Amino acid sequence: MILDWKLCGEVRSSNLGVHLITKSVTMEDRRQSIGALLRHLNSGSDSDNLSSLYASPTSGGTGGSVFSHLVQAPEDPILGVPSSSSIMFCVSISFSNILDDTFGYVTVAYNKDPSPVKLNLGVGAYRTEEGKPLVLNVVRKAEQQLINDRTRIKEYLPIVGLVEFNKLSAKLILGADSPAIRENRITTVECLSGTGSLRVGGEFLAKHYHQKTIYITQPTWGNHPKIFTLAGLTVKTYRYYDPATRGLNFQGLLEDLGAAAPGSIVLLHACAHNPTGVDPTIQQWEQIRKLMRSKGLMPFFDSAYQGFASGSLDTDAKPIRMFVADGGECLVAQSYAKNMGLYGERVGALSIVCKSADVAGRVESQLKLVIRPMYSSPPIHGASIVAVILRDKNLFNEWTLELKAMADRIISMRKQLFEALRTRGTPGDWSHIIKQIGMFTFTGLNPAQVSFMTKEYHIYMTSDGRISMAGLSSKTVPHLADAIHAVVTKAV
Amino acid sequence: MASLMLSLGSTSLLPREINKDKLKLGTSASNPFLKAKVLSFLLKPSRFEGITMAPPDPILGVSEAFKADTNGMKLNLGVGAYRTEELQPYVLNVVKKAENLMLERGDNKEYLPIEGLAAFNKATAELLFGAGHPVIKEQRVATIQGLSGTGSLRLAAALIERYFPGAKVVISSPTWGNHKNIFNDAKVPWSEYRYYDPKTIGLDFEGMIADIKEAPEGSFILLHGCAHNPTGIDPTPEQWVKIADVIQEKNHIPFFDVAYQGFASGSLDEDAASVRLFAERGMEFFVAQSYSKNLGLYAERIGAINVVCSSADAATRVKSQLKRIARPMYSNPPVHGARIVANVVGDVTMFSEWKAEMEMMAGRIKTVRQELYDSLVSKDKSGKDWSFILKQIGMFSFTGLNKAQSDNMTDKWHVYMTKDGRISLAGLSLAKCEYLADAIIDSYHNVS
Repeated sequence: MILDWKLCGEVRSSNLGVHLITKSVTMEDRRQSIGALLRHLNSGSDSDNLSSLYASPTSGGTGGSVFSHLVQAPEDPILGVPSSSSIMFCVSISFSNILDDTFGYVTVAYNKDPSPVKLNLGVGAYRTEEGKPLVLNVVRKAEQQLINDRTRIKEYLPIVGLVEFNKLSAKLILGADSPAIRENRITTVECLSGTGSLRVGGEFLAKHYHQKTIYITQPTWGNHPKIFTLAGLTVKTYRYYDPATRGLNFQGLLEDLGAAAPGSIVLLHACAHNPTGVDPTIQQWEQIRKLMRSKGLMPFFDSAYQGFASGSLDTDAKPIRMFVADGGECLVAQSYAKNMGLYGERVGALSIVCKSADVAGRVESQLKLVIRPMYSSPPIHGASIVAVILRDKNLFNEWTLELKAMADRIISMRKQLFEALRTRGTPGDWSHIIKQIGMFTFTGLNPAQVSFMTKEYHIYMTSDGRISMAGLSSKTVPHLADAIHAVVTKAV
Repeated sequence: MASLMLSLGSTSLLPREINKDKLKLGTSASNPFLKAKVLSFLLKPSRFEGITMAPPDPILGVSEAFKADTNGMKLNLGVGAYRTEELQPYVLNVVKKAENLMLERGDNKEYLPIEGLAAFNKATAELLFGAGHPVIKEQRVATIQGLSGTGSLRLAAALIERYFPGAKVVISSPTWGNHKNIFNDAKVPWSEYRYYDPKTIGLDFEGMIADIKEAPEGSFILLHGCAHNPTGIDPTPEQWVKIADVIQEKNHIPFFDVAYQGFASGSLDEDAASVRLFAERGMEFFVAQSYSKNLGLYAERIGAINVVCSSADAATRVKSQLKRIARPMYSNPPVHGARIVANVVGDVTMFSEWKAEMEMMAGRIKTVRQELYDSLVSKDKSGKDWSFILKQIGMFSFTGLNKAQSDNMTDKWHVYMTKDGRISLAGLSLAKCEYLADAIIDSYHNVS
């Protein structure tokens, strides 16, 4: 069964617990916008009557505002920081009823906590063993090189972005020997990190592709449904996470994709599924590929963790390369936020693999028509850093080492946590901690358990039980293990 | 046949190649079954077969054509990017200083908040309105860092579409080519108000006022804060007052596009006069800003959307809704350009240096206008009035040349410009003024 994705609702907390109000925000917007519309339609009529109900016009001194009908938007569930007057939650009603708490609430509450043993496991950015953000050495070197180059200018990039960056990005994700590259069948455009690449791809598909439905995993990154809905696509879901096994619901996945209308778009996490950390095996990927190709489903890969998941760039790109190797078409959104630590620079790329060079050329021309009215051309700085690193053999090698170090630290945290639970004899099967991959782990803890861990152990995480391994260190793993052990063994 | 190939490919040869969890596919050249699989896909048409080639961007396409031209006399007066007298791109000294500082300090690269860098947002609103301005003191401005002018306009357009459904944006005729694309993609209807008068090569003020009056009450009126693009023709201060009057009278919502603050006259305050006039009136309005030209940060994509509201509460709500629009578009904006602006504006010395460099850039353009005018007057014996060159302001000049004449400029004289007769004076050197004058006179008199 495939459910349509519901947009964020609003939840108000009270002393009696959490009272859930779910609604589609866009309906609310429309309701309140009727006021504004009526104002337009009633132009010239009794303004006194109207002004008491609706926004009065912009002339100064009459009070009121044309923006009266705008309500305070809920904070973004992942990036947001809530206001002090209300605590807002974003609820995604999913098949497995996972309650996705606001990351913003997590951070604000964490900051307020005076406990010396507090732990923030909500962070979606890499942290060192010392809990600090990290700028890669190789990135600093690249920036120094850029600054030292006196011939560098800040002229507008082409609409498609930094051309050298585009070529290098395609090679990175598809492999330098990819036939699709050799045959010039790919268009790659620089976009604003993963989000921007997904949005531009989505808008392109909504304009030019015959099937306007995209299937996303259940659950998935909180921003996915909004990106594609605003791009003009209809969003549906396919089963993915199995809470019983804390692994992949492969049967459900195959059934749901099998039932999709031919030609539908399917969003695939290339590796390190966000938020579950559960990836298909290579054999499962092969089955997914066969099924999708037999139904003409259009793959749209979200690759946000290449190299960051396993430590190997090639391994993490394998599923994408499998699809491209069969000669079919697909879209790939790449982000350099995590694997090069370029979060705030907003560097990414959208590649569309086509049947022929001619088609790719036409597709690229249409991508430009999507980009120009959105932001004209992409930012140069982050893309330049990436290009410097990817084109230089030494810097590239240095990068792969720093990348592996980050991935290894996360894998080490997984192993340490698993070991710590094993040593404590914590009941239950915790092997998913080492089976899942990437920055996040879906622990399987429920909201009540999470709440207990926060109150008693000062551990902050989203109430869906997701923890960021990047927020852990060797020193803090024991504390987390104690907390998990306590909550699992205590009398319910 | 295709499906038979698929099942053959999946069962017989591949199991031999499976190595634990790794699937070695090899290339289609070495693996006949894979080749068959690939062939089966080659037989199917592309999903994108029906897509047509889009036309090149009318403005950005000019530079591409210029690059392809091998003629030694070629002149690029297309895109609006500042050039030195040597016709080289210019990175401001103060920008280089700021970037060096940033690298030395070792700033991190964490995500900015959705609304952008706080120090940038504060600085940009203060630059626009003046630091002590009531709208700022009363916290009535919602400011979001945007992707330069285009991105900021797009955020505002999306807000209009969502919260003012059916409301029209009325834009000048002509206007920057990308304005219509932005509103079209944001699904905001638009219409035009008269602006350029080809008879005078000046402002059709009566037409402008009449058309703004005629627009449905509560329309958004898109105004160029200074240095109108593409004409270079700005209303006088007295005309701005009348424009504000008619907008208030019709309860319209002003929407300023400020891409040249400081770059037009050389003075940040003077170029913000129109915006500040409207703020004085207590009006609610939008202002999109760009630092592409005045700080030469073209490729860094740094700008802001400001919404002046009647209350701090409204500003808070508007800001929250703008964030909701930005998040599914690009999550949060790029940090580099924002930091440069914040550093330059936040340091007294660098800020003064910036003002000096801006005066220099604006000064060069004024000098070039004068030189071009002098050349035209001395070479053209027809008595045509070329004074519009001096009256217009900013990077661009509407020459009054029509499409055929503009084509002649390119085809015969290798002068690249947009087909609406717009030339970018930023791309003109004193040395080339005489050549350009010859080209303009020839095109104007000998081509129709």
